Amino acid sequence: METLIMILIGILTAVATYLILSRNIIRVILGTAVLSHAVHMLILTIGGLKKGNVPLLKQADAPYTDALPQALILTAIVISFAVTAFLLVLAYRSYQANGKDDLHALRGTNDE
Amino acid sequence: MNNLIVLPLIMPIMVGVILVFLRSYIRVQRIISLLTMIAVACISIFVLNTIQSEGILRLDFGGWEPPFGILFVADSFSMLLVLTASIVTAICLIYAFSSIGEGHEKMFFYPFVLFLLAGVNGSLLTGDMFNLFVCFEVMLLASYALITLGGEKVQLRESIKYVVINVVASWFFLVALALLYGTTGTLNMAHLAERVAEAGQDPLLTTISIVFLLVFSLKAGLLLFFWLPGSYSVPPTAVAALFGALLTKVGIYALFRTFTLIFYHEPDVTHSLIGVMAGITIVAGCMGAIAFKDVRQIVAYNVVIAVGFILIGLAVATPASIEGSIYYIIHDMIAKAMLFLLVGTMILLTGKNKIDEISGLIRNYPLFGWLFFIVTLSLTGIPPLSGFVGKILVGQGTVEAGSYILLALAFISSLVVLYSLLRIFLNSFFGETIISLGEEIPLKKGLLVPIVLLAIGTVSLGLGAEFISAYVGDAANTLVNPVIYIEAVLGGEK
Repeated sequence: METLIMILIGILTAVATYLILSRNIIRVILGTAVLSHAVHMLILTIGGLKKGNVPLLKQADAPYTDALPQALILTAIVISFAVTAFLLVLAYRSYQANGKDDLHALRGTNDE
Repeated sequence: MNNLIVLPLIMPIMVGVILVFLRSYIRVQRIISLLTMIAVACISIFVLNTIQSEGILRLDFGGWEPPFGILFVADSFSMLLVLTASIVTAICLIYAFSSIGEGHEKMFFYPFVLFLLAGVNGSLLTGDMFNLFVCFEVMLLASYALITLGGEKVQLRESIKYVVINVVASWFFLVALALLYGTTGTLNMAHLAERVAEAGQDPLLTTISIVFLLVFSLKAGLLLFFWLPGSYSVPPTAVAALFGALLTKVGIYALFRTFTLIFYHEPDVTHSLIGVMAGITIVAGCMGAIAFKDVRQIVAYNVVIAVGFILIGLAVATPASIEGSIYYIIHDMIAKAMLFLLVGTMILLTGKNKIDEISGLIRNYPLFGWLFFIVTLSLTGIPPLSGFVGKILVGQGTVEAGSYILLALAFISSLVVLYSLLRIFLNSFFGETIISLGEEIPLKKGLLVPIVLLAIGTVSLGLGAEFISAYVGDAANTLVNPVIYIEAVLGGEK
């Protein structure tokens, strides 16, 4: 199971890298979103997929599943949600102000 | 008692949230935010002194003892940086009062500055790797907001790049955390250090450490600084000064913490890599500092040079060089803030940003001109100003370690810093004045006072090096002997 998920993570990362390297801002943002999913899966997998019981002391028998990766992912999801939301608004504002959504056109002035 | 060390994080956040509701009361916002900064600075001084007498302090959140819970650890290194960060932020706030404009102030400028400082302080104080990631994000999200605030075309253009770069860097941070957790089974820094020391730093752990190096280098602007000059030259002066003073320093702090506490067993791989990166950073920064005529670019490349210089201290990792780096970080926070404020004020006064378009400012604004001269000397490392002690100690460290190439680069970079800033000084402050007496814009006291305060800071840090040497010595001692840190965290109830 872990191997399968690892392959999936690889595919997600490849897709995200492709998207991030494109010129369109929206594609880049989608790329960052996919990228964050890939790493969330990585954290989950690396902590070991379900091995034991629910980690409730005295209510389930040992061995317990490690609950920490899930807590980490929850935090990471919230953060990536906030950042993606910010990026989308930023891209929209930038499109309004500069009239461009092409990153090559946003490189800066010529004399730089 | 130990609860005090959470205040540098909690106070700015709480006050920031309250200030959001006081949106239209600008005066109240100004006073409260400044008072908060001063309060945080006072608390840091108190905690710093407590550490000297009682050793490293720690606070376990929720009573979960390490290595199970999240905790804050205050040692001299982090508290010195918290103290400097709070003072510099307070001074930048004073500058912002008379320069940032009502538009910014009504759009939650002060809350964002407070959130930024909360993120910075949290990153400096935390004792948990994942918590470090969270605090980094708090800091970065505030910086995203500050860099875009105002919404000019250039700002939006540069901030997209800044945000995307940092999102990718954060992704690498998470990957490194996942691999580290998978390998060692813990994220508590002291526990990590203990486990890595026990099991030995095998090639896998070294690889993970290099992923961390990549992440923190992106944040610190070590070698991977391509995003830095663009994004540091677009926001308003007060914000640029805050960024230049604080943000890269947090990355540097993280590099020092990880590579002195956890991954110090394979210096041939990691520390030589840091050395090479620092060397290239210095060379590239020097080229940038000389190449441009736009004063903001010159100043931004000076930040890059300083990052390279500080990390030479980590690369050679002798007690003297680490002590020197700590001095230099503190000095650089003050001096870079001052430099950014001076350059921003120059642009404000003349409306131009190329050095060959500005000249003769010293006739119109003599004090302003001499302040620029002071910061030039200070950044070059002329005694008795604050850069001197750091440079001499880092130099001593490189000689002890026999890294003569890094030594040469470090001191040639000082000459380039001197050249690049003297170029601004000679071109823009001497020569025919371009501003006639009639059209001279009066230099507001509110703009001059913060710069003078920072100048006093750099002079007194230089003259009072003896006074803070006890604190810096203790900080370096903790970094050189990770056992002290591990004992303080895992050594039972305190």
